[in-house]
Amino acid sequence: MSVAATAPRRRRRPPRAATGSPLLLGHGRIPRVLAGAALAVLAAVWLVPFVWAVATSLQSEQDVSTPGLSPLKGALTLGSYEQILERGNVVLWAFNSFLIAGLVTLLTVGISTLAAYGFARGTFRGRKVLLAVTVAAIMVPPQLLVVPLFRQMLLFDLVDTYAAVILPQVVAPMMVFILKRFFDAIPRELEDAARIDGASELRVFTSIVLPLSRPVVAAVAIFVFIGAWNNFMWPFIVTNDPDLMTLPVGLATVKDAFGIQYAQSMASALLAALPLIAVFLLFQRRIVDSVATTGLGGS
Amino acid sequence: MTTTAPIGAGVPAGTPSPGADSPGTPGRIRRTRPGNGLLFVLPFLTVFALFLVWPVVHGLWMSFTDTSLALRDTSFVGFDNYTEAFGDPDVWSSLGNTALFTALSSVPLVLVALAMALLVHSGLAGQWVWRLAFFAPYLLPVTVVTLIWTWLYQPDLGLGNQLLGRLGLEPVGWLADEAVAMWSVTAVTVWWTVGFNFLLYLAALQSLPTTYDEAAALDGAGAWRRLWSVTLPQLRRTTVLVAMLQVLASLKVFDQIYILTKGGPNGSTRPVLEYVYDVGFTGYRLGYASAVSYLFFALVIIVSIAQLRFFRKEG
Repeated sequence: MSVAATAPRRRRRPPRAATGSPLLLGHGRIPRVLAGAALAVLAAVWLVPFVWAVATSLQSEQDVSTPGLSPLKGALTLGSYEQILERGNVVLWAFNSFLIAGLVTLLTVGISTLAAYGFARGTFRGRKVLLAVTVAAIMVPPQLLVVPLFRQMLLFDLVDTYAAVILPQVVAPMMVFILKRFFDAIPRELEDAARIDGASELRVFTSIVLPLSRPVVAAVAIFVFIGAWNNFMWPFIVTNDPDLMTLPVGLATVKDAFGIQYAQSMASALLAALPLIAVFLLFQRRIVDSVATTGLGGS
Repeated sequence: MTTTAPIGAGVPAGTPSPGADSPGTPGRIRRTRPGNGLLFVLPFLTVFALFLVWPVVHGLWMSFTDTSLALRDTSFVGFDNYTEAFGDPDVWSSLGNTALFTALSSVPLVLVALAMALLVHSGLAGQWVWRLAFFAPYLLPVTVVTLIWTWLYQPDLGLGNQLLGRLGLEPVGWLADEAVAMWSVTAVTVWWTVGFNFLLYLAALQSLPTTYDEAAALDGAGAWRRLWSVTLPQLRRTTVLVAMLQVLASLKVFDQIYILTKGGPNGSTRPVLEYVYDVGFTGYRLGYASAVSYLFFALVIIVSIAQLRFFRKEG
């Protein structure tokens, strides 16, 4: 295979996401300049809070408290970050967040993919009714569950445990529905071949269906992880022990205690923001695509 | 795991399998009849029943009782909680705040997201920078968002009032002034969550066929004309979806308002879900809190149905 044979084919299909539709603006100069300006202004408005927060976090508390429009009023310092890391609880909360969001993602994806496959291919009695109930449950706002769930945790004596934070988050009817729709679309002939060869259903699922569904499973995993990482209300209600708190909850509770120290507040906010921003930078394309894949976008 | 019920690969057609739906396809290998699949669904059904169905039912029962945070001494009170809720001015004012927030936030959250997506999609350089700028806030935990904005809204040193000062204007009590607080909270929400709608629009734009656009361009339609007559009509379905999801999301607001203002000043930003929280967890009246949340849920269902009917008629 010569390089010449493959190169032109590549050039013919540029990734559309990268170029967008030049037709939207035409080739005139004025619309392009206007659109560019509008985009720049919007982006600036959206970035200013970040810039302001970063600048503040790099100042001493003293410099922060002198008025002035310039975000940098004194010498740059990493002092706030050092103090936060020394105190240690932000690190502990980050660990809790990772552990909890990771376990929630693992359990949710495991349970939901299995269930979706069972709903898509199963023949057990009551399948349709159970599926209908699952779909209907998508409508139930999680906030409705908070009061009875809390009482349930009291009953099971689970308040202030990881289990109490994790378990209720593992129920994701929406994800089951998305996955089921995807599995429905996989041609059964692919699986039948394996079945004829005597593969068990579990085997068919893990070695044929799952690999084919990697994009949608990744999308579901990303959404579940972001959701669990950012979840506030439930962990806030079910944890009182500072050692068990997640980042969002921990930061909210110290905000009241340390609220006046803006440099430290901003530093801890940015430390808490970093992991997900990093995830986004790594998986940008996948996240954008997943919105389309999961059927939320487009049709 | 040998638990995966009989598969019957290669079993002749017609062999009864539980719930098989195709007795009548002789000659062919039976339409796929994987075991019966119940075991696959079982783990989900277990957590679903425990942590969703039970709380929904239990909460409904609680709403007819005087349940408190203590686990004993609960008695049935019939519709008392519901009649009390109807006469409770705090329920009405917090419902009003929720409605106001939904109205204020939904419109910009749809329109700004659309503008962002159209601009980013229009082929200007630097795609990933714009995408990151608009989507990044959505990735932040609510506490981080509120920390940053509490600082921007800080009365003396915050960016907001310092900018106003520069322009020779009076400082504003962003979160302290009853007339302003709801707008401030809305601005935070738009900044924080517009990225998700933006992504929905961007994904939709990227999947549109370009043929209509090209045809219109050949016919000499200008950029504006094509935007109005070709692109926007093609985005109709997405707009309906985004608008519906947004209204439902806005109705459920709690986190950012709770952390930013605790519902203040003077209850002017307290949404109904915060009232539920206050009554249940600060006032210890779980029964009454449940009744209010079920009333609210009924309202959400009514709004969803109304939206569905409205958009269906439109379409």
